[in-house]
Amino acid sequence: MVEHRKFGNLLPHLILWTGVLIVAFPVYIAFVASTQDNATIANGQMSLLPGGHFLETYYKTLFVGTSGTTREPVGTMLFNSFVMAMLIAVGKIAISLISAYAIVYFRFPFRMTIFWLIFITLMLPVEVRIYPTYKIVADLNLLDSYAGLTLPLIASATATLLFRQFFMTVPDELLEASRIDGAGPFRFFWDTLLPLSRTNMAALFVILFILGWNQYLWPLLITTRDDMQTIQIGIRKMIVTSDALTEWPVVMATAVLAMLPPVAVVVLMQKLFVRGLVETEK
Amino acid sequence: MQKQSVFHSKFLPYLLVLPQLAVVLVFFYWPAAQAVIQSFLLQDAFGLSTTFVWFENYQDLLSDPDYFSTIVRTFLFSVAIALSSLSLALLLAVMADRPLRGSTFYRTLLIWPYAVAPPVVGVLWVFMLNPSLGVIAHGLRNLGVDWNPLLDGNQAATLIILAAAWKQISYNFLFFLAGLQAIPSSVIEAAAIDGARPMRRFWTIIFPLLSPTIFFLIVVNIVYAFFDTFGIIDTMTRGGPAKATETLVYKVYSDGLLGGNLGSSAAQSVILMGIVIALTAFQFRFVERKVNY
Repeated sequence: MVEHRKFGNLLPHLILWTGVLIVAFPVYIAFVASTQDNATIANGQMSLLPGGHFLETYYKTLFVGTSGTTREPVGTMLFNSFVMAMLIAVGKIAISLISAYAIVYFRFPFRMTIFWLIFITLMLPVEVRIYPTYKIVADLNLLDSYAGLTLPLIASATATLLFRQFFMTVPDELLEASRIDGAGPFRFFWDTLLPLSRTNMAALFVILFILGWNQYLWPLLITTRDDMQTIQIGIRKMIVTSDALTEWPVVMATAVLAMLPPVAVVVLMQKLFVRGLVETEK
Repeated sequence: MQKQSVFHSKFLPYLLVLPQLAVVLVFFYWPAAQAVIQSFLLQDAFGLSTTFVWFENYQDLLSDPDYFSTIVRTFLFSVAIALSSLSLALLLAVMADRPLRGSTFYRTLLIWPYAVAPPVVGVLWVFMLNPSLGVIAHGLRNLGVDWNPLLDGNQAATLIILAAAWKQISYNFLFFLAGLQAIPSSVIEAAAIDGARPMRRFWTIIFPLLSPTIFFLIVVNIVYAFFDTFGIIDTMTRGGPAKATETLVYKVYSDGLLGGNLGSSAAQSVILMGIVIALTAFQFRFVERKVNY
């Protein structure tokens, strides 16, 4: 370091710990609430230390559901969220990979037009075309289906751009060498390009999985059946306007379960996550 | 930039772009076009006939004091969320950007809220600040604050801003840290030799060199405040009380739910599209060119 400080690194440590506490506090409270019984919380007597109802609450949340509002157990919601996140992440990567491949490794009429058509979708997030998109999905009979949940979100300008950029850096000699070895477009893609893109795909997958898992507005519109709900929608329906009826321990257990998968992905695959985040935002 | 050697095939490339192109045309361009067309039409009360009315929907919208205050509110929210979250994240990043023991540990503990979904963020905060049973609400009452976001619009807005800023800290922290680590230490050391104290070094060297990151993050935070706060608002206040927390996106959603005026809802969508296009263009024009001194 540049100079010697009197109190060493005390101040930075203090500030960083405060930051960590600010960030962790709401989640700690949620966990603590999920281990206490409803009556205590409803009375406003919640303790700041974990209670003894952990197993009871989580069993009820996962397999039974709340008594009044959603009826559907959170287990089903977790399954729906998982399917949706996987379909969105894998789907986006797959269709972006092949379209970037076509745009970089082929010459064909309207190549750049198609590239720009994909690129401009960056400026059309789902929020600005809510109801017309809803109408199309309804007309196609895709409401309350996994296809309806995922298809309208599956195009990805960022992923296409990223793969295009990456393919451009792949040396031409590789293509020429595989050509000499008699490889066609499929073989080159499968045997050479895909293995090279592995890290990019993994980093992108981490980001897109979180993105898919955390979708809210779109599932809110197109799922009406309780058994098609994702966990983000389920949790909203558990909060009843009059406080007395909300089963807070179950709500908080659902909140904990809802953030567990994406947070685990971030913490366990931190390197890929940071790489993916920085690359998709460039 | 183009590849020198390519494959030659007449149909294969079209086949490869087909899936993405189909999704883009059916679910992006078609609805967007519908919104634009719809915004020039006026439907009668029974939905039996529509007439072409030019910009009447836009005129109605922009002369509506309700819509105007929603625009102002959305901007105020964006500024408040961006400012609070950026400044805290910058402070944390500056602290983490030094050879500290356990700095990777701090990073892990600070970045995970990125993965928490906005509606879940809303639920966490609405619980802590629930006037009758929330932990923080109790503390506030003991301090003598008359806390009731269910009735007080300003308090409800504060609630949204707090929750939204909390979630965004991790993202901003990560990019600030990356930006700080890209600054060569020789520059800072040189300034130290010239006698500049830490504060002075921060404002005259580090901060200016960080400006590309700051600009980039301002744009990202505004986009976030405009669009991603939907889930937070919907679980915390549903736009209430008395529309005190209704943003532009939330208004499109809730107006549409009531099944009201199609033309007006479409015009709102088109205005939002304009905002996104402006923000994206701004980002590419200024941020990509790397603002630097």
